[in-house]
Amino acid sequence: MTIGLQHYLVLSAVLFCIGLFGALTRRNAVVILMCIELMLNAVNISLVAFSSYIVPQLLTGQVFAIFVMVVAAAEIAVGLAIVLAIFRGLANIDTNNINLLKW
Amino acid sequence: MGLAATFWIMAVVIVVAALGVVFQRNVFRAALTLILCFIAVAGLYITLSADFLAAVQILVYVGAISVLIILAVMMTREVQRGNSPNKMEIPAAIVAAVLLGILVYTVANTNWKIATAAPLSPTTVPLATRLFSENGYILPVEIGAVLLLAAIIGAIVITREK
Repeated sequence: MTIGLQHYLVLSAVLFCIGLFGALTRRNAVVILMCIELMLNAVNISLVAFSSYIVPQLLTGQVFAIFVMVVAAAEIAVGLAIVLAIFRGLANIDTNNINLLKW
Repeated sequence: MGLAATFWIMAVVIVVAALGVVFQRNVFRAALTLILCFIAVAGLYITLSADFLAAVQILVYVGAISVLIILAVMMTREVQRGNSPNKMEIPAAIVAAVLLGILVYTVANTNWKIATAAPLSPTTVPLATRLFSENGYILPVEIGAVLLLAAIIGAIVITREK
């Protein structure tokens, strides 16, 4: 059985849904950021698969994957900085206890 | 044949490592399985003949992002308290399963226009040409540089001691 575009897209969907489940259910803020990284990696897999199966000479998907990586790096830097600032103020990063803005 | 075997090995490693990130009790071990998942994704890029992206994946994700995550895990001292779930587990599982079903149905029922041409084999030079040449992506590259600078300054400002 040869590997086609559908295999990569289904793998990407599975990885995205695992990341989504984790991001919705975990209580540790650092683990939520890890799950967001999983979701971004899933999107990158599908972009690169589209790039090499549908427009193999244009590399458009790979360019997009590079920009996704740039945004992911910026996001994780700012996100972890916010987590550390919250930890300094509240002494824990349990999302059940971070409810100052909740009404 | 070798390609198929590599794909299946990488796919199994990716899914198991992702499940480990979500369900591992110890946050530090979850970070280590996340690194394993990143490395397997880099291997998947090689099977897609995206060699430059595989190197970037190793450098950026395995080299930089995972170091940041492990640093945050160590500084927040939540390792003992663990990676516990909140009360929304069953609704979240239903949402994720429904989304997975929709995605798999769409992927299986779409008529993809698979190109017959072989993918470019060393991608570094064509990728640089696409990014930096005229009518390429030079403006988004500049915006990305500004975004990274803003993120660095923002992270410093947020974490600075008063």
